[in-house]
Amino acid sequence: MAATKKKTAKKSATKTAAKTAEAKSFIDKPINQQLSKDEKIELYSMIVGIRRFEERSLRAYNQGKIGGFLHLYIGQEAVAAGIVSLMEENDHIITAYRDHGHALAVGMSMNECMAEMYGKHTGCSKGKGGSMHFFAPDKNFWGGHGIVAGQTPLGAGLAFALKYKKIKGCAVCFLGDGAVNQGVFMETLNLVSLWDIPVVFVIENNGYSMGTSLKRSSAEENLAHRADGFDIAWEVCEGHDVFEVREVANRAMTRAREEHKPFLLEIRTYRYRGHSVADANHEKYRTKEEIEEYKKNKDPINVVKQHLLQDGTLTEDLAKQIDKEKKEEAEASTRFADDSPVAPREEIQTDVYWEVDNDTEGKLKGTYFFNDV
Amino acid sequence: MPLITYREAIKQALAEEIERDENVVVMGEEVAQYNGAYKVTEGLWEKYGDDRLIDTPISEAAFSGLAIGAAALGIRPVVELMFMSFSYVAIDQLFNNASFCRYMSGGLMNIPIVVRGPANGGTNVGATHSHTPENMIANHPGLKVVCPSNAYDAKGLMKTAIRDNDPVFVMENTLLYGEKWEVPEEEYTIELGVANILKEGTDVTIVSHGRCAIISLNAAKILEEKHGISAEVVDLRSIRPLDEETILKSVRKTNRAVLVEENKPFCGVDAQISHMIQYRAFDYLDAPIHRVSAIDAPQVYAKELENWQIPNEERIIASVLKCCG
Repeated sequence: MAATKKKTAKKSATKTAAKTAEAKSFIDKPINQQLSKDEKIELYSMIVGIRRFEERSLRAYNQGKIGGFLHLYIGQEAVAAGIVSLMEENDHIITAYRDHGHALAVGMSMNECMAEMYGKHTGCSKGKGGSMHFFAPDKNFWGGHGIVAGQTPLGAGLAFALKYKKIKGCAVCFLGDGAVNQGVFMETLNLVSLWDIPVVFVIENNGYSMGTSLKRSSAEENLAHRADGFDIAWEVCEGHDVFEVREVANRAMTRAREEHKPFLLEIRTYRYRGHSVADANHEKYRTKEEIEEYKKNKDPINVVKQHLLQDGTLTEDLAKQIDKEKKEEAEASTRFADDSPVAPREEIQTDVYWEVDNDTEGKLKGTYFFNDV
Repeated sequence: MPLITYREAIKQALAEEIERDENVVVMGEEVAQYNGAYKVTEGLWEKYGDDRLIDTPISEAAFSGLAIGAAALGIRPVVELMFMSFSYVAIDQLFNNASFCRYMSGGLMNIPIVVRGPANGGTNVGATHSHTPENMIANHPGLKVVCPSNAYDAKGLMKTAIRDNDPVFVMENTLLYGEKWEVPEEEYTIELGVANILKEGTDVTIVSHGRCAIISLNAAKILEEKHGISAEVVDLRSIRPLDEETILKSVRKTNRAVLVEENKPFCGVDAQISHMIQYRAFDYLDAPIHRVSAIDAPQVYAKELENWQIPNEERIIASVLKCCG
């Protein structure tokens, strides 16, 4: 087994150089060729939808409608859209706090997501979670987690449950490049390799852990190489082309499902905005030119759009129409959120204990909540 | 009724629940092939195999978090921490993820895990292995915590904890593992949130939990024999949920309360109970509420000093005499 892993590793290291020439061909890989025209348009719509939703949420934040933190995914959309499009019935995903893209990709509505950020009762968590804590277990999406790397053993646990129940599937656990330096992630890598757990860790490497560049935070900048220390197979790919993401992630997810083996996938991507919206000085730790360069050459929307115009899936008119629809959907979600009520105060103390919420006959004993009454 | 040890009672609970529900798994350091650091799981791996008894590396944060993720998909992990002191290296997993996932998902998730292990001092091992963090756990809405003081309670509460659909911490005690109590052969469970009156009395109420309840009972017997004071001893069993009514009923009868716990005093469980009593039974009190806690310093190593640091009969008796004086 170790030999196979070595081979995979070597392949990955030499691959980067050939990337540029190969880039155009990702759409022609079997996993992408099997997409119908509608499915390709759906992928495009998803990427556009995430962008328009977040742009609108930024405006809402600036208007004071959204509180707390707002970690935007703008620039990284192809990663969530691509990987979620590969999910099978028994696959599960979990991510960190930059979770809007993943939530929309699994099919959560803009309305419930926007309303959650507005702190409204109609939000996906009834206004109890906020921007960083979106959940949709019915869509195999397990959050939305606020503490860096805190979700990584949970992702392993989802995959552990699949293996224990002999269900063919995998868990995909997303994390950022900052999360690789948390101890719990390294503990988890050891555990999943030791126990052959079908989890794919996807490092969405956007180059900055908050305001600290990769160079200033990680001793080994090739983050995927850490997998070698745990005898885990790994690959590296670019995150701006959704078809590349699908091609590479498909290998990782298939391996996890078929062989019950973990995988570490490093996807190099970029966020246009700050770590969060509060990070107004993000141009202090990187240059305007760097951001513009990415927008110009590697924008996930432009890249997928060019592919689909070239292969005849998309026309400029259709692209414009999709864009308009997504803008309208995002706009409508703010109206929905605005018009929705805040949860009644009594609900501060619901959803704390399952047993209390489901104690319809009032049989539970003892005091669960301790305010003076 | 057979006399069995506290250790054996917990093992019986684990074995019965493993047999009852195919989703129950026990994981932790040395729980399987080594037979448990304190032999609580002795023989279980041999009987139930690798799938149900899982040895983990020394990675409390990772295996606690893994258990939480697995619980979200219907597994019922019983996580053994060799010492509850080791929960401190898994705090983000246990105190953020286990307790808050349900809330932050607006009730869409629940995490049916049990975290169990010894939480006690008095073992001459110094400050890093002597924590009694039931107060910290109870400070996190979403978590539940029980502290069985005897074998009967340990078995009954453990079985309930495993069947509970929320995260439950079961605080055991290494000094009790070898002690024996009567435990029926037929199956039983004990509800969470129900205190147990270990001894009835009329002059003062001693409220306690875990091994301190046993020490309090010893002290109550001496108080009765040597000082003519009739103390009622309430063993909380469950900290959250808390049986406030049994405490109040007793205090309204005796008009005096002495609270005994092994934890350090500041923000201890008894700080909350003291507030509750004065708030809800103020007019019934004939004396200030007294507390006996661990002497407020990191756990001392020297055996003679530690035996004085944690509550003992002598300190409890002195406090009761002061309260009744």
